[in-house]
Amino acid sequence: MQLLSVSLYDRIQMRSWTFDKILIANRGEIACRVIKTCKKMGIKTVAVHSDVDSSAVHVKMADEAVCVGPAPTNKSYLNMDAIMNAIKQTGAQAVHPGYGFLSENKEFAKRLAAEGVSFIGPDTHAIQAMGDKIESKLIAKAAKVNTIPGYDGVVKDAEEAVKIAGEIGYPVMIKASAGGGGKGMRIAWNDEETREGFRFSSQEAASSFGDDRLLIEKFIDNPRHIEIQVLADKHGNALWLNERECSIQRRNQKVVEEAPSTFLDPDTRRAMGEQAVSLAKAVKYSSAGTVEFLVDSKKNFYFLEMNTRLQVEHPITECITGLDLVQQMIRIAMGYKLQHKQSDIPINGWAIESRVYAEDPYKSFGLPSIGRLSQYQEPLDLHNVRVDSGIEEGSDISIYYDPMISKLVTYGKTREEALKKMEEALDNYVIRGVTHNIPLLREIIVHPRFVSGDISTKFLPEVYPDGFKGHMLTAGERRELLATAAALYVAAQLRSQKFLGDLRVSVVPAESRQWELCVELDKGLHMLGVSRSGNNYTVEIDGEKVEVSGEWNLASALLPLTINGKHRTLQCLLRTAAGEITLQYLGTSFKLRVLSKLAASLSKHMPEKVPEDTSSILRSPMPGSVVAVSVKPGDNVAEGQEICVIEAMKMQNSMTAAKAAKVKSVHCKAGDTVGEGDLLVELE
Amino acid sequence: MATYTVGQIPYAGALTRSKVLQNARCYSVSHLSVQERIEQKRKAALTGGGQLRIAAQHKRGKLTARERLELLLDPDSFVEYDMFVEHRCSDFGMEADHNKYPGDSVVTGQGRINGRLVYVFSQDFTVFGGSLSGAHAQKICKIMDQAMMVGAPVIGLNDSGGARIQEGVESLAGYADIFLRNVMASGVVPQISLIMGPCAGGAVYSPALTDFTFMVKDTSYLFITGPDVVKSVTNEDVTQEELGGAKTHTTVSGVAHRAFENDIDALLNLRNFFNFLPLSNKDPAPVTECHDPRDRLVPGLDTIVPFESTKAYDMLDIVHGVLDEREFFEIMPNYAKNIVVGFARMNGRTVGIVGNQPKVASGCLDINSSVKGARFVRFCDAFNIPIITFVDVPGFLPGTAQEYGGIIRHGAKLLYAFAEATVPKITVITRKAYGGAYDVMSSKHLRGDVNYAWPSAEVAVMGAKGAVQIIFRGKENQAEAEAEYVEKFANPFPAAVRGFVDDIIQPSTTRKRICRDLEVLASKKQTNPWKKHANIPL
Repeated sequence: MQLLSVSLYDRIQMRSWTFDKILIANRGEIACRVIKTCKKMGIKTVAVHSDVDSSAVHVKMADEAVCVGPAPTNKSYLNMDAIMNAIKQTGAQAVHPGYGFLSENKEFAKRLAAEGVSFIGPDTHAIQAMGDKIESKLIAKAAKVNTIPGYDGVVKDAEEAVKIAGEIGYPVMIKASAGGGGKGMRIAWNDEETREGFRFSSQEAASSFGDDRLLIEKFIDNPRHIEIQVLADKHGNALWLNERECSIQRRNQKVVEEAPSTFLDPDTRRAMGEQAVSLAKAVKYSSAGTVEFLVDSKKNFYFLEMNTRLQVEHPITECITGLDLVQQMIRIAMGYKLQHKQSDIPINGWAIESRVYAEDPYKSFGLPSIGRLSQYQEPLDLHNVRVDSGIEEGSDISIYYDPMISKLVTYGKTREEALKKMEEALDNYVIRGVTHNIPLLREIIVHPRFVSGDISTKFLPEVYPDGFKGHMLTAGERRELLATAAALYVAAQLRSQKFLGDLRVSVVPAESRQWELCVELDKGLHMLGVSRSGNNYTVEIDGEKVEVSGEWNLASALLPLTINGKHRTLQCLLRTAAGEITLQYLGTSFKLRVLSKLAASLSKHMPEKVPEDTSSILRSPMPGSVVAVSVKPGDNVAEGQEICVIEAMKMQNSMTAAKAAKVKSVHCKAGDTVGEGDLLVELE
Repeated sequence: MATYTVGQIPYAGALTRSKVLQNARCYSVSHLSVQERIEQKRKAALTGGGQLRIAAQHKRGKLTARERLELLLDPDSFVEYDMFVEHRCSDFGMEADHNKYPGDSVVTGQGRINGRLVYVFSQDFTVFGGSLSGAHAQKICKIMDQAMMVGAPVIGLNDSGGARIQEGVESLAGYADIFLRNVMASGVVPQISLIMGPCAGGAVYSPALTDFTFMVKDTSYLFITGPDVVKSVTNEDVTQEELGGAKTHTTVSGVAHRAFENDIDALLNLRNFFNFLPLSNKDPAPVTECHDPRDRLVPGLDTIVPFESTKAYDMLDIVHGVLDEREFFEIMPNYAKNIVVGFARMNGRTVGIVGNQPKVASGCLDINSSVKGARFVRFCDAFNIPIITFVDVPGFLPGTAQEYGGIIRHGAKLLYAFAEATVPKITVITRKAYGGAYDVMSSKHLRGDVNYAWPSAEVAVMGAKGAVQIIFRGKENQAEAEAEYVEKFANPFPAAVRGFVDDIIQPSTTRKRICRDLEVLASKKQTNPWKKHANIPL
């Protein structure tokens, strides 16, 4: 992780009194992020961690670390008793909660207050007021914040819902007061759908939250999601730090964010900022917070909710304003007044954030994948790139926590510059061992609609109605890819003829300056002529010439090349003796096979093989006893997720799913003794 | 002996020459007819059993003997021997001209793989089903004899229906001649068999005697007796594939060391594999150009061993991390998976890797893993390949199955192999090194040159729980005693203070340390006492 020194001009005031020690009640990248600023401010840090996280990066970075329980979050990172004990044990004076976990938990804030420990965030009143959808809307309305037209109270029954819907005008959204995450939420376009929606939503709300109170509001079709960062102190001062555009989402989760937004004009920005500040003041907010708005195509904006914590995407605001938000939060928690006036807050340049996830973007824009990062290299040698991460080479991405690998932030004087840098950064980002979403990120940031700023929260389903399929090669790109594979193949062949040292029997290398190769890509066969001079290869494909040159370091994960005069960074993910080459090109990985002309001509005789699908069947690889079965029929499992645990020789072996699927049947239970090859679980 | 380009039919140069000769016919009839006959024979030899049989071979998904050689060897490098050899059988109508094929049912010679010399034979299934005649055997013996004199490996591509029944004992004698040479060549030059079709009956013992046996999936079989005989003798119903297919031999019997998808895949992989091997026992392990920095740190290794000693991890993650370019040619990847063996490079130099695999059966040593490890260690020792051993072993597998199966005898093989090896031996204890298995796994006591422990290493007679149950039998405070035992033994110090490990190293520095040690140990000289041959507990 590296902070952008260029944009952070927030100076540390060494003379002022500060906390001696802060405990960070979080894990992963946000814990690391907070520790960084603490170190900068000379504050000692305490990490808490679950047992599986005991060698995690945030634990290594902190001055002290306390284990707060086993892997499941409700037993560790959400375990208030254990965290309170950790505070006592280490003598931490303040707690930074990060985001998620206990960051918006008023109970936690109360317990800290009772122990005289500072909570680096707003006070319990603001957390509570903004945490409830109905209450927050009422407060917002009172503070003259634009709210979505709707009914301010709880809707009693279906008929009342129809009546209110008629007053607001269709379409309307029915949602649970206590809700979140899309549960208990329905959109209705007419009276019939309203009645039905009311019934379903109240049932879902009751079962999900134990609270069936519903509200109704106008449904904003095709909106943008734009949020305002605010900063308020305990003395009634508040600032708005401009907006973040977060419209690129999948399943209500943000994927790519940027600051500023291409959509806002200065007047709208100011209006949104001022309303956000007035809301913050209305709830006596202190610390950093975010006011989320939906913005329609006519630049009407409506209050959505306020997040009373540091947001995941805060780095882009830091980049354009030069403020260190964590530092500001700590200062505010110590009771200092804000250092800046509204007129001090600039928009310097443009920042883009890509959320790099361990997930398969080809399945519903991202289904989690887990595994060990066998190779991992962040593109930090590039200028104006910031990577916030909490993992390193060798780390495990486990099922217990968020599968985010990092937040990749690029910065530029202009949006174009920041986007170009993002392309480069994604191409130079080495992640091996888990499936990741770089193919999708790389496609989003070059999509004409995104580049022109024509986006909404429906961007992904609209642009990829049949799901994401990876980069579609143009004829020219296809030639570049084929040429690179051919040149790489020849470079590897030539190296395999180089033997060093004294040789008893001389080596007679095949003398060749010309190669005739056949390259297979997507079942298409291409005959290529390759000639070489030094590190430069000329590849002829269908009468067109492609020039490829580079260092051809076959050990490096990155393959920096010049292809027809253009600089490109590819990655070689696989290269086998049988000519298989997998290249990551423009973010997407492509499988190729390079064969000599002879081998290719003989390939037609090779028998067609139908691969046996063993991914749906899990068999015991050894005799042992079943210690635990973690799934039941009907469960959805992620690829690599633990299905059961077999103990053999007092060692526990975790059996995992070979693919993401639904569990069809379970053939074992805890305590069973199984033999090698016994059927354990079938997937659909 | 003639230099010939394989597969170019008709041979362009030869045609032109024969035209010139035709013009000269009127001057010397007998001379011309010899020339013509030479060309005719060559042409016949190149087409083997004829186009129909070639088509049938292709239809089975198999390449011809010559196509295979062409893929295996560098372009234009094949030098063929004995193209004119014919079988000498005169019974059962075999003497008829149409039953004679120049070169008979095998193609032999020498060539180059990535520029390095290799002797090869490739059995031709299109000629009498690749059956072994006296002449066929004689051809193979000739190249084996020369390979041993020159000091170059022998690769056999097996695709043969078995003995030439018409020749009777002549054929059997031929097998024995080959077996003898396999044994004589053993430990002198590397011998590799690639089974690319049937290989049954006595024929199986030649591959069995060679150093490595590879198979082609779905199209190759190895068995002593086929399914029909099995049915008549033991009344078992079994298919060819189940009895002796690639899957059986690479997962169940341990007869074959690896299987490949098809002929092309197998031959290309064989080219790659060949680069790891020295030409003979007189040559050092080959060193190739290396792009991977020898002092590269591997940060992922610092966190790979889990805190709980009962939790598994993948030894291959360590192996891949340490090696050049993560490239590992694993031997027997699907057999006795509790031990991992294979070839790789460190700073360009070939090394043999042996590692316990905690992911499978806790990485214990049992009969199969001991035998698998022992044979690999002996190959490395015979051919000057340094051995790097990664140790995480909870002990030998207990139980009646193992004891009745002779784990004592078989476990001794691995112990024997490590003890007698005089090549550079570097050992890294990553976690457990318990009991007798600690001694076995290339320990200092068996002349390990450099033995390292990671901070997570535990060198002890057994795990804490078991030890405490014996030492403090019947006493209370077992938990306290256990903690004391852990404090005393579940760490690398007891071994380090005695010099049984040379250093305790940061896991991330493992690659750097090994590369440096290999350089120093390259000039290692160590000899065992003179003996006719040793007596490994077979």
